[in-house]
Amino acid sequence: MPYIACHECDLVHRLDEIPPGGAARCARCGASLRRPKRDSINRTLALTMAGVILFLVANTNPFLGFRIGVQVRETILATGIYQLFQQDMKIIATLVLFTVVIVPAIHLLSMLYILVPLQLNLVPRHLARVFRLYMFLKPWGMMEVFMLGILVSIVKLVKMATIIPGVALYAFLALIFVLAAMAVTLDDHLIWEQIDYRR
Amino acid sequence: MGTDRLSPLTDQDRTARRMGMVACHHCHLLCRQPPAPADCPRCGAPLHSRKPNSIARAWALVLAAAVFYIPANLLPITHTTSLGAVQSDTIMSGVIYFIHSGSWPIALVIFVASVFVPLLKLLILSFLLISVQRRSRWRPAERTRLYRITEAIGRWSMLDIYVVTILVALVHLGALANIAAGPGALFFAAVVVVTMFAAEAFDPRLIWDGMEDRDDGKH
Ligand SMILES: [Zn+2]
Ligand SMILES: [Zn+2]
Repeated sequence: MPYIACHECDLVHRLDEIPPGGAARCARCGASLRRPKRDSINRTLALTMAGVILFLVANTNPFLGFRIGVQVRETILATGIYQLFQQDMKIIATLVLFTVVIVPAIHLLSMLYILVPLQLNLVPRHLARVFRLYMFLKPWGMMEVFMLGILVSIVKLVKMATIIPGVALYAFLALIFVLAAMAVTLDDHLIWEQIDYRR
Repeated sequence: MGTDRLSPLTDQDRTARRMGMVACHHCHLLCRQPPAPADCPRCGAPLHSRKPNSIARAWALVLAAAVFYIPANLLPITHTTSLGAVQSDTIMSGVIYFIHSGSWPIALVIFVASVFVPLLKLLILSFLLISVQRRSRWRPAERTRLYRITEAIGRWSMLDIYVVTILVALVHLGALANIAAGPGALFFAAVVVVTMFAAEAFDPRLIWDGMEDRDDGKH
């Protein structure tokens, strides 16, 4: 189908071949219509694998240590969420768990599920359903906001105690860059086009 | 390789809706408008030309968020217990604390993310909704850009929720010092989530529909 409609203003465009690295924008509202990427599947898959490792490191190691007097407290991410649960702030705890742990995990797993078969020239089952879930959850992954939250907390606590950055903190930081790079290398239309719906 | 602007089909603006077509909101496949409600043949999502009940849903969510915004700013988001003394902090008292302690860049970041961004988002969405309901012809490209801004900035309001989580996790030292989350945090989280759904509910195509309907003399 050489025609597409702009997803923001509904104007129909005829789509010509766009070279990788180029971009097609809507003539009326300027929305990005197509942005083909060079070697998209390969690069995104490599980033996903790095992301999975960083995710595991970030969630199993202490991200901040806190020393006040003789007391030392090390926290992994789960501790903070657990504390909120304990204090009957279950809704907030769930929200933090969802946006910082669950969504990024689903994000990485769904990419693995889609990209590994595509890399092997196979089309995974339920590709449309998994990719729709991925797109639906995308705005709810907020690791970069969480990172800023860590920085603000450090500034807030630095006068009160000694803050010791943990391994997870660096893994988090790296993971944010990996997720951002994945958003750049992934070409969503390339994924949708793998679905043979005309039978 | 720069940005190539594609040219529309003809000089007259041609939208999928006018051509009897529907673009899938999920995978962007362009299909013929089905006579009865149908699913996208490619990705299986329900097909609609415009988001269903967009204006009513977006208004309901904007109003709900505006209501939550008040207790979110007035109620304490943290209770700090230090050697028996309890201190409650709202978002603004946290901002003022940072100004007093000299870290005004942090104060600015918190103020922008927690106070300014949610308010700006609610104002922009209300403005867009009113302009669409009045079938305004004023600068549709700029209004579309405003919509993109609301979509992009909303997530940053989660900042204070995360700060509370981290403080609660770290400052848990028995009688020496303890930080607990306050009720304001709950309302604040509600503001962030509800405004994100509100931006999701709004359909930017409506901005352009208002222009076309007048061109057609329908109104
Ligand atoms: Zn457009
Ligand atoms: Zn579709």
